[in-house]
Amino acid sequence: MDTILSNISILTAAPALNLGLLIDGILIGAIFALAAYGLALVWGVMNVKNLAQGDFIMLGGYIAWSLGRHGIHPLFGVPVAFVMLWGIGWVIYRLVITKVITRDLFTSLLATFGLAIIIQQSLNLAFGSDTESAHSGLPTWQLANGLITIPSTRVLGFGLAVLLALAVILFMKNSRMGQAIRATAQDARAARVLGIDTEKVYSFTFCLNAAICGAAGALVALVWNIQPFYGTTYSIRLFVIVTAAGFGNLPGVIAAGFGMGVFEQFGGFLLGAQFQQALIVLLLLGVLAYRQIQYLRVRQAVQ
Amino acid sequence: MSFLASKQNLPFVLILVAGIAAPFLFPDHINEIAVLWLMIVFASTWDILGGQMGYNSLGNIVFFGAGMYICAIVQIGLFYDVGMYTSGARTTHIVFTSDQYFTGFAIGTFVAGIGAAALAIVAGWIVFGLRGPYFAIGTLGLAVAAGEMLSSWELVGAASGISMPVFPGGPNVQRLFFYFLLFVLALATLVFVRWLYSTNFGLALNAIRDDEEKAEAMGIHTRRYKRTAWALSAVFLGFAGAIFGNMNGYIEPRNIAFPIATFNLFMVVMVLLGGKGTLWGPVIGAVIFHTIKEVTWTYFLGWQFIALGVLIVVTIVYFQQGVAGWLMEKFPETFKQRTIIGRGREPGLRGRLAPQPEGAE
Repeated sequence: MDTILSNISILTAAPALNLGLLIDGILIGAIFALAAYGLALVWGVMNVKNLAQGDFIMLGGYIAWSLGRHGIHPLFGVPVAFVMLWGIGWVIYRLVITKVITRDLFTSLLATFGLAIIIQQSLNLAFGSDTESAHSGLPTWQLANGLITIPSTRVLGFGLAVLLALAVILFMKNSRMGQAIRATAQDARAARVLGIDTEKVYSFTFCLNAAICGAAGALVALVWNIQPFYGTTYSIRLFVIVTAAGFGNLPGVIAAGFGMGVFEQFGGFLLGAQFQQALIVLLLLGVLAYRQIQYLRVRQAVQ
Repeated sequence: MSFLASKQNLPFVLILVAGIAAPFLFPDHINEIAVLWLMIVFASTWDILGGQMGYNSLGNIVFFGAGMYICAIVQIGLFYDVGMYTSGARTTHIVFTSDQYFTGFAIGTFVAGIGAAALAIVAGWIVFGLRGPYFAIGTLGLAVAAGEMLSSWELVGAASGISMPVFPGGPNVQRLFFYFLLFVLALATLVFVRWLYSTNFGLALNAIRDDEEKAEAMGIHTRRYKRTAWALSAVFLGFAGAIFGNMNGYIEPRNIAFPIATFNLFMVVMVLLGGKGTLWGPVIGAVIFHTIKEVTWTYFLGWQFIALGVLIVVTIVYFQQGVAGWLMEKFPETFKQRTIIGRGREPGLRGRLAPQPEGAE
């Protein structure tokens, strides 16, 4: 309790620190928003809740990190992870997801939970359980007498996340496949009647989501750190973001992603980094409880 | 004698015989078989919600861990200062006398069951408005939160855990003692759930599973039933946690008390493997799963978790009706009498032989 109070007093004494935390939160929030968009996409189109989402991110992160260790700049890992995760996503879709799409949501939830365990443990076997980070060798900017430090990789990561998100959004709006995906999300049966190959749409959506996660993971490895078991936290984060935004609400997802980043930065600063995961989970429970209250209100109106 | 003669009780008699004979037949594997009884408790209590009520919880482990910690605190707190014990137990050796140990353990286990049930009722206020996958995610969040909170709570040793009081007696006595405790618990759980499913309460749970809105419209206080059902499964999980914590001799939040990716997930997978919504399905699933797990643990060292993940995915994706469901589909006539319908008053209503419809939420 004392540490919290003293941390609050630090924040009020040095307003520039607030700004620093805010900037950090926003820079990281962009990556959350990107991956959350992928989750919302799969959820909305296929009605599958992918609990292995965070582990896809870690996979992408380890791809970028391995490239960095072999002397290739980890920035190059973003496209490489995108492509590789596309392939991995396709294999997973063929083997598992295609069998659970028509089942109830709990089945897909559990199946992807099982996948998450497989990915985590494979990463653990392959890379060990140390926390890793890809070094980009880019400078760190200092503002306000060193109170605010902005690593330029974070800005770069932010820029790339925004670019990728824009590309995906434009793709969904304008391309033929994007239209087909949106049509399937609205009404899969009608889309089939109108000649859209929904099986192909599902497969494409899942691969696209995996690829987005891969790219986001490469960015995470660049600006933050990765560890085989961090995936679960990411999955919960993304789930919080999408649930809080209400799905099918793209601006909401983006705003919630930034909110999540900022919330985590401030929460982590106030309570200490060891409470970070607990904080995210409590936020999840809070969001779910809030949704429930909302739901109760709706029911009341019906009565 | 009529108890033994009745066909309904045959499985119980078999389990009783097997449970008593097992430690003498396989003296090298007493601990593994003891954990099998624990798994049966897990599966049977998970099925109260997951199978009979249609609420798939991913957080039942909360009550197991809570029971473990409540018991530890009571056991130690009765005789020593908990904070001192947890910080000092790593350097100094505190001895519990035989009397202290057993009174502490008995009271601790009792309080653990009650405490877990109380926790279920409180947590039920938060999560039981959630439906379907939201409920699963919410309970999963509850389990993760519990583990995280305890790993930063200094009083109970935070992430480094508590060394439990040492059992007063030789290792062989200890092994048999905990074996029989878990065995009795498993048996008690099975007797209890069979009784539970034959009451109106069981019918109400099924009504909630089949159509919650209609059940509510028929005058069933669904929320009250849901909370009570969860509390009932929490009692047994609390007992199990208390016993397992002492059996293990050391408790710790992330991997022993609230193991999200192991015990917590095993519950669900065992039930799905055996066939959910039946009395014996979870038991069959627990036996098969535990056997496979022990074998892979021995022969795939290092790869065991991956093997486990594959087993989980394969079970869920390809074999969801479970062994019991498969048998019932295959031989509907044979299994009509042996299922839990037997003691029901209206056999027509109680026939839940049909595999559970998918998309129950």
